[in-house]
Amino acid sequence: MADEIKMVNVKVNGIPVSVPEGTTILDAAHKAGVKIPTLCFLRDTNEVGDCRICLVESTKARGLVAACMYPLAASDEGAEIKTNSAKVLDSRRKTLQLILSTHDRKCLSCVRSGKCELQKLCNELGVEDEKLYEGFRPEYEKDTSAVHMVRDNNKCVLCRRCVGACEKVQGIAVIGPNNRGFASCIGSAFDMGLADTSCIHCGQCIVACPTGALYEKDDTYKVEEAIADPDKFVVVQPAPSVRATLGEEFGMPIGTDVEGKLATALRALGFDKVFDTDFAADLTIVEEATELVERVKNGGVLPMITSCSPGWVKFCETYYPEQIAHLSSCKSPQQMFGATVKTYYAQKMGIDPAKIVCVGVMPCTAKKFEVTRDQSAVPGVPDVDISITTRELARMIKRNDIDFAALPDGEFDDPLGESTGAAVIFGATGGVMEAALRTAVEVITGEELKAVDFTEVRGMQGIKEATYNVGGLEVKVAVASSLSNARIIMDQIKAGTSPYTFIEIMACPGGCINGGGQPLVDSEVRNFVDVRGLRAKALYDNDAAKTLRKSHENPSIKKVYEEFFGEFGSHKAHEILHTHYVKRSING
Amino acid sequence: MATNKSTVPFKGTEEQKQKLLQVISELKDERGALMPILQKAQDIYGYLPIEVQTMISDETGIPLEKIYGVVTFYAQFSLYPKGKYAISVCLGTACYVKGSGDIYNKLCEKLGIEGGQCTPDGKFSLDACRCIGACGLAPVMTINGEVYGKLTVDKLDEILAKYE
Amino acid sequence: MISITELNKIKAEQEGIISMRREGEAKIAELNAQGKSYKHHVLVCGGTGCTSSHSEDIIVAFNDEIKKNGLENEVCVVRTGCHGLCALGPIVIIYPEAAFYANMAIEHVPEIVTEHLVNGNIVTKYLYEKTVTPNGIISMHETDFYKKQNRVALRNCGVIDPENIDEYIGTGGYQALAKVLTEKTPDDVIQILLDSGLRGRGGAGFPTGRKWMFAKANKADQKYVCCNADEGDPGAFMDRSVLEGDPHVVLEAMAIAGYTIGSSQGYIYVRAEYPIAVQRLEIAIKQAREYGLLGDNILGTGFKFDIGLRLGAGAFVCGEETALMTSIEGHRGEPRPRPPFPAVKGLFERPTILNNVETWANIPQIIMRGPEWFAAMGTEKSKGTKVFALGGKIQNTGLVEIPMGTTLREVVEEIGGGVPNGKKFKAAQTGGPSGGCIPASQMDVPMDYDNLIAIGSMMGSGGLIVMDEDNCMVDIAKFFLEFTVDESCGKCAPCRIGTRRMLEILEKITKGQATMDDLDRLEKLAAHLQKSSLCALGQTAPNPIISTLRYFRDEYIAHIVDKKCPAGVCKDLLQFSIDKDKCIGCGLCAKNCPADAITRTDYIAPGHKLASMAIDASKCVKCGACMANCKFKAISKQ
Repeated sequence: MADEIKMVNVKVNGIPVSVPEGTTILDAAHKAGVKIPTLCFLRDTNEVGDCRICLVESTKARGLVAACMYPLAASDEGAEIKTNSAKVLDSRRKTLQLILSTHDRKCLSCVRSGKCELQKLCNELGVEDEKLYEGFRPEYEKDTSAVHMVRDNNKCVLCRRCVGACEKVQGIAVIGPNNRGFASCIGSAFDMGLADTSCIHCGQCIVACPTGALYEKDDTYKVEEAIADPDKFVVVQPAPSVRATLGEEFGMPIGTDVEGKLATALRALGFDKVFDTDFAADLTIVEEATELVERVKNGGVLPMITSCSPGWVKFCETYYPEQIAHLSSCKSPQQMFGATVKTYYAQKMGIDPAKIVCVGVMPCTAKKFEVTRDQSAVPGVPDVDISITTRELARMIKRNDIDFAALPDGEFDDPLGESTGAAVIFGATGGVMEAALRTAVEVITGEELKAVDFTEVRGMQGIKEATYNVGGLEVKVAVASSLSNARIIMDQIKAGTSPYTFIEIMACPGGCINGGGQPLVDSEVRNFVDVRGLRAKALYDNDAAKTLRKSHENPSIKKVYEEFFGEFGSHKAHEILHTHYVKRSING
Repeated sequence: MATNKSTVPFKGTEEQKQKLLQVISELKDERGALMPILQKAQDIYGYLPIEVQTMISDETGIPLEKIYGVVTFYAQFSLYPKGKYAISVCLGTACYVKGSGDIYNKLCEKLGIEGGQCTPDGKFSLDACRCIGACGLAPVMTINGEVYGKLTVDKLDEILAKYE
Repeated sequence: MISITELNKIKAEQEGIISMRREGEAKIAELNAQGKSYKHHVLVCGGTGCTSSHSEDIIVAFNDEIKKNGLENEVCVVRTGCHGLCALGPIVIIYPEAAFYANMAIEHVPEIVTEHLVNGNIVTKYLYEKTVTPNGIISMHETDFYKKQNRVALRNCGVIDPENIDEYIGTGGYQALAKVLTEKTPDDVIQILLDSGLRGRGGAGFPTGRKWMFAKANKADQKYVCCNADEGDPGAFMDRSVLEGDPHVVLEAMAIAGYTIGSSQGYIYVRAEYPIAVQRLEIAIKQAREYGLLGDNILGTGFKFDIGLRLGAGAFVCGEETALMTSIEGHRGEPRPRPPFPAVKGLFERPTILNNVETWANIPQIIMRGPEWFAAMGTEKSKGTKVFALGGKIQNTGLVEIPMGTTLREVVEEIGGGVPNGKKFKAAQTGGPSGGCIPASQMDVPMDYDNLIAIGSMMGSGGLIVMDEDNCMVDIAKFFLEFTVDESCGKCAPCRIGTRRMLEILEKITKGQATMDDLDRLEKLAAHLQKSSLCALGQTAPNPIISTLRYFRDEYIAHIVDKKCPAGVCKDLLQFSIDKDKCIGCGLCAKNCPADAITRTDYIAPGHKLASMAIDASKCVKCGACMANCKFKAISKQ
């Protein structure tokens, strides 16, 4: 029998809709233009049907059913589905009231106030009496142990979206449901603090959380303190992907490139120099491409894997400690930037590196961990002092009376603000690979590369692979994003069956544009809109519009090497821009 | 963070470890083997402290948190060993009004543990219980089933000394 | 591996011996003539109930005494499964006389051996009293407890040695499997089940044949057959009795299902709290494998099927089918939304059928005796029999198997022997924490799936707890809610939070702190959980509240408005008082009062020497110690 797709015809609130068998009621309703509220459902991350908010009635089903999980089958043909009957609305309201009875309702000062999905649902459904089912509520100690985030179970609604992010998407499972019944709560084994687990700090749990139960540690006050300190020279470097997402915090459509406003806003915040991590991305490429060519030529450890993503690096150190030699020794762009500022730039400007405060604005919570790694370029002085997320920057902009949307476009400062199109695509999965290929191909062939678009490695698939013929040499590459996909790649390497020469791995699905530090997107959008694709497009458009699209063509890069590092991959470059890794173990 | 690790130092022997490793290697390729492994591990050790769960995690590749989540879901599994002498203090109404709460707190203090736990030497474990029907003797506690009634805080040392 | 011929040979060797335990003396004479059997069979119950009352020691004592008297070749001692009358344990039945000895003590053994086994005289004084009538000793099957019963699922319990596969084969065991494998197509089996009208005995009563039909229709590389032996209702133990008394019947039925739906792997999920059942299942599986009745080439037909044992670990919710499967998969036993139903996507995401122990126990007989035989028992929509665990305020506590449609009155008054101590029947609770109560006014309703639901209860797995006038219905509802709060898995919000909140309101009511608003909140919350919870546990958790409210609303009102507990159960609403004229002033009550609430008055009752005592209500903690210690019945509560 051929696998033909059978269609099921149903009516949602009277609107007829035809969908393939297996489509959920939620998706069928969406197709019919009916928006069913959800709380626990997060597509591909958490599909468990536990919150009972999306319950609907169907003439073909017994009782109320969870729209997010109910697959329409042939037996549902002709079903009349009601998503807004009095019975349904009453059920949703009561469930919310029950959830509220266990929720720490300090909403005014909550980090998620205004962006809380629970709050929104209560508003939309007209929950009037939030104390109707008041009763015993357990009090939980906040987990502030981790360097990058706080877990506050008092705000937790047990939707398990974070668990899905940690276990299903990342394959880590350092948090999960513990205990049973009313006592059940999300936590780590033996109620350990997150810091004592093998958490890799990706922050995907935070962006999955509908409430204020999970949030990044706020380091903005440290930045403001540094800016206020006249003795400090504060430089800032926003990561490539930040320009593609920051606008969302100010009501702009997903995928708006706000590079110019970003530069202006950072200057308005009072940073002494507004540089760009994109410069360091170019720097990373010339070092990494050089390293790759070296490894290929000299029989080094292959495949070589990128090391830009600190969550991925820690994952590799923890879960594949025997494979760390595969990691490129290049520091990440954030750290390379800091190292360059505190050596080259400090020397050039005659500033004491200890007085420079380097601030990263990152899409990433693992960057908060990365800045605590040792191996800084200047002994005793960290490469990067403070790393804040896109969300934290938005918060700073808002409270510093800056009308972001109205800002004129600005430029980044020279010389560490200049970058190429190759750098800006770092923010999307496949971007580092493409940027590296643009440089490596020219290095290996010695000829100018005309077609710079390596479209095979673009796109939002979890694992992409491609084979290129580079100067007669067949190079097989792979790009993976999310750590469960990284696992597949790493298990191949472990088994000795990896066919690749070069691999890009990013901890977050889709790469940095979907990082744990990025603006929160309401699940009702996230479930139906390709948020990652839109954000990535902004970066690829930015790249396409640039005249310089290869990292090694960046004039400032050339200058830095001429004035300071010497040649690509020089001894000095290695001392300052490269690092080494440590073997960690999963269970401490 | 307050963790939920046992206060009793882990005293697993090499023999127990070998037994557990044997069990795991026999079962680990079977689908859904975690439950039977945990059940056998509890048979071997009497409880499932972090050391045992970590061994299971290391050998099976199942994340420690997943194991802990399973252990804390099922009533049969215990994170704490029971003491050689199991003390149970009645916190029923009659006992409570006669000060069994004070007795309970004093025992926590004396033994250096909380309810549900066991002293580091494995000697005493402490639990609270519902009414045992000896209200006339309130406040009461039992040690391995033996009932001690009309308790006062002062009498505790003397009673505990019997079990030293 | 045995062939069908060999299976039949074992059957022929054993069946006379086994049927002797059913039919009595005629058979044994015949067998004795053939030199095949013992003169006496001493059947000692080895079920959990009797084992707890030390039936193992009885077996040892019998064996010792038999040896002493040199009867080894004339008497055999068999450890069987449960006979149902657990309160009379340990139970010993000696055949061929079918003498039913109850409350057996080790001290009685020598006398029984010499008198009964040697001299041939039944020792009447140790018999179950109901079998001794003015007209002589009657068979246990003629007593009130057994008279109306019809043992189908429990057919072999108490008759065979559950650890001996040959005895099971002797009862016709594995014949149904042989018949199916050689004479029936899978569709035939499904048709037989459909025709029989068999519905699931685990609670919801879904037609078994339809379940199998769905699973058969779904194509997959592997399918699974599961047995739900995670009997968790407090007070229910039918499944345990089947597993302890007749484990092979479950294995045989599961193999039949494997053949029918196209599965080669079964799992039995059994409570770890049932050690005897677990042990007997282990033995049974081992024996069945040795005989090739499980394994790669069953009875030489090429059919492959094996069964694994999985132990539950103390989670009531794992009785829910999807939770049970999640648990077998090695996870927290949390339910999954349905659809997809297990017949489509069950264990390890493969088509799966799950039936409970009692359902399985019916199947081989339906195959052998035909669907018409089965359908002839019971009511129009509920065929066959149902096993109930009868408990609570009832004379005969135990396990009873009755045709569907038997009335509660028959069960309570005839089989159960009525409510003890002259108290009045108030209600019976069926279906455990998911069920409801049946008041006296509904006692004549024939009990079947649909009628029980119509009167606000449910069949459930078969717990039947009788309550009398001393039971407070609010307190009963609270008891069940405490249970569901403890056992809620915590996955879905309505059940996780709602059960807790309902319990809190019930606690308020029983403490006399509730208002009518609270009652309104309770009812609405109950309705909410019914319609919004993810699984049956949450959906049925409010049933004890809803059904007690339906029939005993006045009791709730009494607690809320009058601040009284009519049954005198809820402590906070009790008032203890001393009848000053009955009190002789001994002061024993004051001595036993933990709260120093009792003091002496200055009233001396006529004829007494000491002044009477009185209770200070403000200090009283209502523990009842005074009343229990008063020798003059001067203290009362209300």
